[in-house]
Order: sequence, then structure tokens, then C-alpha cells
Amino acid sequence: MAVTKEKELELIRILEHHGRIETDVLAKMLDENEDDVKNCMKKLEDEKIILSYGAIIDWNKVTTEDHIAAMIDVKVTPQREVGFDEVAARIQRFPEVTALYLMSGTYDLSVMVEGQTMEGVARFVSNKLSTLDAVLSTTTHFRLKKYKHDGVIFNQEEKDRRMVVSP
Amino acid sequence: MKQHTVQTTTKKKRLSRAVSSIEPSGIRRFFDLAATMEDCISLGVGEPDFVTPWNVREASMASLEQGYTSYTSNAGMIELRTAISGYMFDRFGVGYDPEEEIIVTVGASEAIDLAIRATIDPGDEVLVATPAFVSYEPLVTMSGAVPVPVPTDASTDFKLTKERLEAAITERSRAIILSFPNNPTGAVMNDVELQAIAEVAEAHDLLVFSDEIYAELSYDTPHTAFSALNRMRDRTVLISGFSKAFAMTGWRLGYVCAPNDITQAMLKIHQYSLMCAPTPAQHGALEALRNGRETVEKMTNSYRARRNYIVHALNEAGLTCRFPGGSFYAFPSVEATGMDDETFAEQLLIEEKVAVVPGSVFGKGGEGHVRCSYATSMDALQTATARIEAFVQRHAQ
Repeated sequence: MAVTKEKELELIRILEHHGRIETDVLAKMLDENEDDVKNCMKKLEDEKIILSYGAIIDWNKVTTEDHIAAMIDVKVTPQREVGFDEVAARIQRFPEVTALYLMSGTYDLSVMVEGQTMEGVARFVSNKLSTLDAVLSTTTHFRLKKYKHDGVIFNQEEKDRRMVVSP
Repeated sequence: MKQHTVQTTTKKKRLSRAVSSIEPSGIRRFFDLAATMEDCISLGVGEPDFVTPWNVREASMASLEQGYTSYTSNAGMIELRTAISGYMFDRFGVGYDPEEEIIVTVGASEAIDLAIRATIDPGDEVLVATPAFVSYEPLVTMSGAVPVPVPTDASTDFKLTKERLEAAITERSRAIILSFPNNPTGAVMNDVELQAIAEVAEAHDLLVFSDEIYAELSYDTPHTAFSALNRMRDRTVLISGFSKAFAMTGWRLGYVCAPNDITQAMLKIHQYSLMCAPTPAQHGALEALRNGRETVEKMTNSYRARRNYIVHALNEAGLTCRFPGGSFYAFPSVEATGMDDETFAEQLLIEEKVAVVPGSVFGKGGEGHVRCSYATSMDALQTATARIEAFVQRHAQ
């Protein structure tokens, strides 16, 4: 039997924050059959609703890896017929780009770039991004510290302050 | 636990008969035992594992910054009472006059105490549907009245039946204390089931103290406020608060909605004993009611998933556990182990370092069951249920 739309939504909500949770546990949480849950997950993957199961990493704690990120405000010339989509399609293919958004306001695209060194990011901006015909200007902001990402607060000790037993 | 012996030269008795006649909470005794254990996973906690939503905390801090540090009116800030009135009408379809029929109290616990003291005389009998929150019976006793337990059990899904209630009624019966969704069983009664109780209350002219602190945590059916039932508004004292729905246990903020004659009587006690509820907490509560709906839904969804998980896991572990419709407690039977609930809880704590609360501390009908709170993380629930399974397998008869 298929999982209802309501349960499907509940499944998505759980997976959004707990992508690693095992399907037998998920099935219990949803009060559903495990096979139905697996099928539902497969369907959501096929429909490209679930795109990936990722982890949120605090790279500052991974001492062996240098990690740097920048947010680049980009002004572009919109193209006839396709508007901003064509230039966005070109930019999003660069492996350095981890996120890309069309913005309202003083600039058009917000490009999130991650790399191992500041030079690497600078090279990407000067050699790849700025040289695109449609790109009019760029303003690069290097990220100094990550406090919160995707709803997760970094460096927060999760301490249960409650008593062991209470009424 | 340290034992302290007090040597006194006083000839007269020092303690009141009312207080001397009641036992300390069974939960407290269990807390002392659990508190000595290291690395204990606690399913014994009767409060949300969420921290109070940030907007509520922020509103309370802002009120302090703006200098709201003085008393409010005895009944509580009129803005808050108006918000409570609107909330009761929007959510449960029952209206109360914020000027005359609502009092903001120091937790729902104070509201229960006030309700009993304002309406019950020494010698009166107060019916208590059990298993029940540990405070009800002692509060009745301390008022000089007599608590009369009306047991519910697994055969009726821990719901109170008309027949059981009628069997417990005498000429001295004055009131009944109800709490659905229930602590500790998680039982929920729908409008039809409550209507049957309402008819008994009307036939025997009983007041109804309806503790609806878990109203927002009803997972499968919409919550019915007892006072919203036919002709029940005038005989119901509706008690609720912010602790469970808004994760505000430490704020100690509750409220009572009742007909004017009862609230005014309650207000007399409240003004002489507490004066008013803490002002910063009232500002936080106001924000919770105005802008907290979405957060409540998120927390409720999370509890529902954990409820589903723990019930399946406990049944797989060999403990029979029905699906509780509300609150955040599962109430499995420990019959499979052949132990009584106290022994089960104690041995589980010692052998597996999992704290649950024996059902018998909640009164008749609780024997043979333990209360497992699922207001804890999924990781903790998975570990706890795995340990319970190992324990049950070792002791299964």
C-alpha cells in the first residue's frame, strides 16, 4: 500500500534534518510498513524531490583541510528570450560554485563559491566568472565565520538541562 | 540520599495534620535514585525536550529591557487574558470573558490548587480519574477533602467510563478532576466519550476540574475542551498553561478559565498567596499565543513521529503498549517480565541505566505499567528501547 500524501510530507520533513536515519526506524516513526517507506523514498528520489542526502560539516573543525568560502554579488546583462537563466546555467556548472541564486535588488545573481585557498577563489572570479560576456561586475565577500547554516547553529553545545526524572 | 534528623524542643506539634497525612511524591523518590546514576538515559522526564522558542524568550527579554518589572493586576495582564480568550475560542470553540473569567496563574499546578481550595469544603469528596498527575490527590487531601480514585485501565484504553464514574459517586461527591490527554497514560477522550461523562456530572451536579495542559498534544483527533460540551461551561473549571505546548515549563505560567463566581473566589486566594504571575513570563506567554502557532505544530509533528517510534519499539521489545492519542508518554505493561512496575523500573535503571517511572505512583490503574516519556531525542529513544529490549529478553517469563 502506498504512503499517503500526508505521511509523504512527514517523511520529507524528517529526512530534511535526519537524512541518515535508517528505514526501519523511519517506518516506525511514520507508523508505516518499511517496504512502503522505501518505495516512497525511491519515488521522491525519482521525482527529484529528494535531490541528495548531505551532511552539514563544520569545516573549521577539520584541521587537515583548508576551506574558504565567498559570496559573490554579480551584475549581468539579461539575455533576450531566456533572461538570466542562460548565464545562470553557465555559472552553475563550475564545480567551485556551491550555490547560485537569482536576486532582487542591487545585483542579479548571488554566487556561493567554495575552495581551499583564497587564491583559488580569486582565480575563479578573475579568470572564469568575470570573463563571461554577460557579467558586468562582481563584488566578492569572503566568509569569515559560519554561525548558522541550513537551520543548524554551529558551535552550539546541545545540553539537556532537564532533571533525570520529573512530574 | 542524606538523612537529616531534626532535634526540637518544641512541645507543640510543628507540622499540620494535612501535610503530615500525605506522602512525598513517588516520582521524587525515583528521582533521587536516578540522579545517582551516570550515563543514564532518561525516559522519566515530564517536560518537552525543546527549549522555549526564541521569539518567546526574546519577547520576555525585551519586556525587561523596557522596564516591565512591576506587578501586573492580580488576574494577569489584560492583554494576555484577552489573548488567552481569543486562543480558547479559536482553537476549542469556547468563549471566556477576559475581564472576569480568566486568571493567569503560576503554572497550571497553582490553578488546580486554587480551583480545589475555592470550591471544595473539608469532608467533600473529589473524584479523580486515575492514573493521574501526582498532584491531584494530595491537593485534595490538603484542602481537607477526600480524594476518591476512579480507576481507568487498559481494558477501556485508559478512558474514563460513565459506569465507573457513577459507581464511585456518593452524596458527598462534589467534583471530578479530569485530564485528557492524560499524564501518564497518553489516553485521549473524544467528544462523544466526554459527553457521557458530562451527563453524569450534570445528573449528580458535580463540578468538573478539567486539566487540559496537553490539549495541543492530541495527535490523532482534535482536542475537545470539556467546557465546550453541551451545558458544561457553567460547571467546568478549565485549567491549562504554557509549559507543554510552548516548551515553557520553567516559566511557571498557567491559566484558568471558569465562570465568574468561581474565578473571583479563586482570585481571592491567588491575590493573598501569589499576588500575580511573574511579569516577564507573562510577556513571553503573550508572544507565544500571538506568534507561536507554527512552532507548536512543528513540535507536535516531532512528538507524533517519536510516539509512533516508541510504541512500535516497545511492542517489539515484548512490552504490550497501546497507541497513546496524546501528551508525550507511552504507558506499556510490564507483565511480560513478571515484575511489578516498581521492581521493573528499579531493575531497568540499575541494569540498563534507563529511567522510566513506575505507573503505580500515578495511582490505581497504573500498577503493572511504566511511564516512558518520548520527549527526548530520537538517538536517546533508539538506545533506550534497545536496552529495554535486552532487559525484557533477559527477564521474560
